[in-house]
Amino acid sequence: MSDETLALPGDALREGVVDALRSALGADLLDSLIKPNDDVWVRVATSAWRTAGEVLRDTVGCDYFAFLSAIDWMPSPYGKSEDDPTEPAPEVDLTVRQGYCGGDTRLQVFARVTNTTKHFGVTIKADVPDDHPAVASWIPVYAGANWHEREAHEMFGIGFDGHPDLRNMYLPTDFEGHPLRKDFPLLARMVKPWPGIADVEPLPGGDDEEGGE
Amino acid sequence: MTDLADRQKLSYIAAQAADARLNVELETEGMTLNIGPQHPATHGTLRIIVRLDGEQVVWAEPSAGYMHRGYEKLTEVRTFPQVTALINRIDWLGSFANEVPFILAAEKLMEIEAPPRAQYIRTILFELSRIANVSLFLGDLGVQLGAVTPVFFAFRDREYVLNLIEAATGGRFHPNFDRIGGLKDDLPAGWLAETKQVMKRLRGFCDEIEDLLFGNEIFQSRLRGIGVIPADVAKQYGLSGANLRASGVDWDLRRDQNLPMAWDKADWKVITHPDGDSFARCWVRLQEVRESTKIVDQLCDSLPSGPIMAKVPRIIKVPEGEAWVSTENPLGEMGYYVVSKGDLGPFRVKIRSASFNNISIVPWVLRGVYVPDVISILASLYFILGDIDR
Repeated sequence: MSDETLALPGDALREGVVDALRSALGADLLDSLIKPNDDVWVRVATSAWRTAGEVLRDTVGCDYFAFLSAIDWMPSPYGKSEDDPTEPAPEVDLTVRQGYCGGDTRLQVFARVTNTTKHFGVTIKADVPDDHPAVASWIPVYAGANWHEREAHEMFGIGFDGHPDLRNMYLPTDFEGHPLRKDFPLLARMVKPWPGIADVEPLPGGDDEEGGE
Repeated sequence: MTDLADRQKLSYIAAQAADARLNVELETEGMTLNIGPQHPATHGTLRIIVRLDGEQVVWAEPSAGYMHRGYEKLTEVRTFPQVTALINRIDWLGSFANEVPFILAAEKLMEIEAPPRAQYIRTILFELSRIANVSLFLGDLGVQLGAVTPVFFAFRDREYVLNLIEAATGGRFHPNFDRIGGLKDDLPAGWLAETKQVMKRLRGFCDEIEDLLFGNEIFQSRLRGIGVIPADVAKQYGLSGANLRASGVDWDLRRDQNLPMAWDKADWKVITHPDGDSFARCWVRLQEVRESTKIVDQLCDSLPSGPIMAKVPRIIKVPEGEAWVSTENPLGEMGYYVVSKGDLGPFRVKIRSASFNNISIVPWVLRGVYVPDVISILASLYFILGDIDR
């Protein structure tokens, strides 16, 4: 750790990140979470997604783009596909519960950028509206977002306004559905139940909880 | 920076413009050339479509996805310990290194830490993965430029490293050896002495390769000044590993973050190169193999005794939360964003693999280069198909 501020109590470095975003975005910074000397998460309004990226790049100094992707927060209606597909499906609680920094929508985009001189990273999230699943493209901010947005587009069905070419990367052009959404079934499991569930049952003769050596 | 973004947007228009110009001027005929997906020079099923004006590339577009296996979806129906068997197969030449960041992320969420001996052994195996991976790159590099001899040296000496990995883990390519809380087994007897012998041999291999390839005039003229990537472009595209350090960015996740691993217990250097061309990328990798052998040597000498597993419950449930852990893998920054809902398995795992970002710069870097340089630039960027497609 070359940056001494990392060791300060309360983590001034990461609080500085949140402060910079708050002064630039105002009410568009919806939530933030700091784990001192570890990591920082922020959530911004959908409309401020690109502006937030610019602030992170220019003010916070996050010059390195790690990744951009999305999360579907709805629990899978198929559970973990461990049940016999010939039996009626068990009841699954489909309540959407978002993770760190909360949220209001089922889908969220999130990205990670890093400051390579002060050695810290920021995870930034934004809600994606259910009725119009689209956010602004990050290509003008970080050119490397191009392929990540194409991937998020085909896997989650999220549009990126301003992206020049949202062709599929992996799937056939006429593929229907968005495979990484939770309501997209994993067909291999639909055909044959997973045999590996036996792995996590308690070993014979072993105690159930504190069994490790 | 905005200039760069504009250029990228224009790349799609540029192709059409080039078409129009070529047809009107009647000087040269435009040609679309497919390199791959099955081509000896692409090592893997990456297809690159290049639009040529004579010998010059006006537009290039890699077409990935011939090996997409959907690991992000599959992790959602596995338990945490089962996931390592999948992610082993992302970068198949440095498998053990793929397991480490995922296990570290799970440990971070569970707030446990592997005992010191396990941390050391993890670091040793991690560096052995790097040596096995990058030594093959150094041999393969020669083949792609028309030199056949180095690849035999590479396969010969990589075999010693794979034997070490096999002796310790039982698997040559897919060890599946890392566990939440530590490691599956301790090292076999006599392994440390054998490892130090092999490291000495590998340093000899580096010298051989440096003599054979890097001092060669043809090799230099094929790579020097070709495919230059400036530091700010590299960072914007998220290039990592040797590709980033070859552009002069002094950034190595082994040194620059606080992980429960043993890299800080050894004395080694982060290698950078100011040029940013193909030669620099290859040179940085060669030097990194040397540094890795040093790390392994030192850690073998100072390996502490003690347990190799922390106390973990037999049925592993990871508490609710989110964690991002990335490490400096042979190909670059490999990270996992793990979301847990307190179940036996992860809720979502975002796999950030190095080659995906490293190859996304190809349309930018190939514009304007000549056809033979396409192959040498791709070789120097170094990708593993499984690491692009996941």
